[in-house]
Amino acid sequence: MSAPELGAVGVDLSADALRALLVAAIEGCSVTVVENESPSGQRSLVLDHEHAVEAAIFLRDNSELRLDFCSNVTGVDWPDREVTEKVKVKKMVEGLEGATEQEVEETRKTLAPGYLEAVYHLFSMEKKHGPVILRLRTRDRAEGNHLPSLTPVWRSAEFQEREAFDLFGIVFDGHPDLRRILMWDEFADYPMRKDYVSPAEDEPVLDDGCLPGAEPGAEQGAADA
Amino acid sequence: MSRDLMMDATGNDERLAPTYGAGQHRLKAERESQILEVSIGPQHPSTHGVFRMDVKLDGERVVQLKPVFGYLHRNHEKIAENGSYLAAIPYTDRLDYLCSMTNNWGYTLAVETLAGITVPERAEYIRVIMAELTRFQNHAGLVGFLLQDMGASGTPLMYAFREREKILDLFEAVSGARMMCNYLRFGGVRVDCTPEWMKETRELVGVLPRFVDEFERLLRGNEILMARTQGVGVLPRELAVNAGVTGPMLRATGVNYDIRKVDRYGIYDRFKFRVPLGEHGDVYDRYMMRVLEMRESISILEQALKEIPEGPVQDPKTKLRGLRPKAGEAYGRIESPKGELGFYLISDGTMNPYRYRVRSPCLINLTILEDMCLGQSVADVVVTLGSVDIVMGEVDR
Amino acid sequence: MLGEGIVKGLFETARNFLGSYVDKDRLVTVQYPEERHPLPEAARNFPFLLYDGDDPEAGLRCVSCHICEKECPPRCIYIEKSTDKKPDFVGKPQFYPARFDIDVSVCMSCQICVEVCPFDAIRMDKEFELSTDDRFGGLMWTKKELSKPNEYYQKIHPVEAAETDARRAEDVEKAKAKAAAAAAAKAAEVAKAAEAARADDEGAGKEPSKG
Ligand code: SF4
Ligand code: SF4
Repeated sequence: MSAPELGAVGVDLSADALRALLVAAIEGCSVTVVENESPSGQRSLVLDHEHAVEAAIFLRDNSELRLDFCSNVTGVDWPDREVTEKVKVKKMVEGLEGATEQEVEETRKTLAPGYLEAVYHLFSMEKKHGPVILRLRTRDRAEGNHLPSLTPVWRSAEFQEREAFDLFGIVFDGHPDLRRILMWDEFADYPMRKDYVSPAEDEPVLDDGCLPGAEPGAEQGAADA
Repeated sequence: MSRDLMMDATGNDERLAPTYGAGQHRLKAERESQILEVSIGPQHPSTHGVFRMDVKLDGERVVQLKPVFGYLHRNHEKIAENGSYLAAIPYTDRLDYLCSMTNNWGYTLAVETLAGITVPERAEYIRVIMAELTRFQNHAGLVGFLLQDMGASGTPLMYAFREREKILDLFEAVSGARMMCNYLRFGGVRVDCTPEWMKETRELVGVLPRFVDEFERLLRGNEILMARTQGVGVLPRELAVNAGVTGPMLRATGVNYDIRKVDRYGIYDRFKFRVPLGEHGDVYDRYMMRVLEMRESISILEQALKEIPEGPVQDPKTKLRGLRPKAGEAYGRIESPKGELGFYLISDGTMNPYRYRVRSPCLINLTILEDMCLGQSVADVVVTLGSVDIVMGEVDR
Repeated sequence: MLGEGIVKGLFETARNFLGSYVDKDRLVTVQYPEERHPLPEAARNFPFLLYDGDDPEAGLRCVSCHICEKECPPRCIYIEKSTDKKPDFVGKPQFYPARFDIDVSVCMSCQICVEVCPFDAIRMDKEFELSTDDRFGGLMWTKKELSKPNEYYQKIHPVEAAETDARRAEDVEKAKAKAAAAAAAKAAEVAKAAEAARADDEGAGKEPSKG
């Protein structure tokens, strides 16, 4: 495979170059670049579900890239959010001389659907470069919380995908042993999601009835009666 | 013997079974297949904390091993996401509670990458000194614990702790606490080291080689040690790379990957040091990696203590309280004594991190625990686990 | 020879054992309650509140600004602001905490509260023998238990305290100078007004007294 993006000296690991490489190598693969405005400048690639495993194998085995080390795998929760945008619309406005068409500015509120995201940080132990950041996004946060597992490609994802399943509720299809890892098996919720309410949080810390003053008084009353 | 007795008591009489609990049923079912299921831990001195391994044994051989985590889980990541960037630093101390200085560094490095903060020269040197002292005391302690797991009760551990104590005293003198140092800040370190402290550290670093020599004389060539460690818990190189094993564990298999050399974070490119590499990937190599890395740490310490310049230790432009990095994300990683410690941060422009993630070397190094232990005896499982170097505060977070 | 390594190791152990009788470096333990290692100046344990002078109520430095309460990572500080004000060390009227509690069973001795306090009001103690038989009230320290005089601070952290004291003395000097300047300006104004009044009213021979 010819790779014009790769320089003779170093390997171009920029998100754009990798995107071009992946699109050329894997038929029908759709890759989007996610920008990063912060000084770190670490941009990432969003892969589609169908070709994610294939793309991962390509990144691992390509002789120039050799991203053989999947360092960090984690989930991110992006809940539904309201997007307000100003749009110009043409409208019939009743005026003095009858109805005329005018441009009116309207604020429109749309609900951007939320999703769960799995982020993979890849490095190369052989070539000693990196990071390359991959992202996989679920369709939604409810039933569509499935993603292809990359554990068959990088074994290091095994426990970390289990953790993302445990704490975020991302189901990795193809994972050999997808169980809860940190929470106990009977636990029902996903604690790292943004809308999770921990049971202790609604209770006041100071007056939880355990402090002296609250309890003994009540006991005393009961004893008196 | 007692096991058979219990099964006779419960096995024939169905009515008695419920009072004995589910465990008896399991034993009864497995007598036919000759596979014994044993739960090692969670309260077991060799598991280095509250860690459990569900082990299936065929006689003395391990046929399956499933690590069970979560006994120390406190959702450190959620706690940090609910607090400010500054408030997360004392919590990072409690990840790997033997190496709070390097944990601080990993986190501050990630914040510095995220917000584009620079660190003054002197602070960089202090960080290196602290990190190498931490590495030294962690490795010394680990070697002691490993030998303790092997049955060398007490002596090596106590010798290791004697030196570790002196290093912890140094930490206390500068940061105020022996283990929960909470010393590094984004943009530098919290307080400067006094000249007296520098003098004491130089004196200590002067005697550290003597300690390593003594330690090696104590154990090098010990026939029992070699018999118990050589060829035990072998980790193949390809598997180590694919499973994301890092730190001395990885280098014991012969892969030359040290983030201090690869990323050159901080000012590690200014120091001359070698990266020790193993060959066989067994417990003995892992043990030797630690001993050799202690020597390299001493050499880095000597250079850093010689070259450290005067100057400020904190970037005055950095806002510690109420830091609001620009929206974006960053991944920062360092070579902690246990392996690659990474922090992944997403900022949404507010005072709290939107996503805060710890890439814990201890947890990921345990991925291949089963592979290393299959076919070995129970006593070797304990030694193999000891050589991975885990701290449950970081495994469970 | 088999066993050579073990014998070498045992020789090392023997050296350490015998050495512990002569070498201080080889005998590092102390008999704790009778004998103690001195704590370094920077040692920290739990926070306490500082007050100036003899009266813990009047001299309390805390102005109840809630900064430490918000920054404390485990949120173990509970403050209630007073409704009235009292003068602080430079004489400016300030709020004070009507209630200041620290739950030391939650506190993790991180020193963040000390770092963020802009009024030098909270500092770290070195006291560590704090066990109590009352796990609720005994570990919820109130303002009364937390307040300690500045002399105590000077005793446990001499270098730090000297620095703080110097800074505060400077502040007092500045405040005094400012007050004096203000007073002088006011006096000048009053004098000017009087001058003007006198100019207006030549008949009055009396000098107006300084306000
Ligand atoms: S030392 Fe830390 S935990 Fe304790 S009160 Fe201060 S800020 Fe809170
Ligand atoms: S101790 Fe300091 S930071 Fe806390 S409320 Fe009082 S003045 Fe404010």
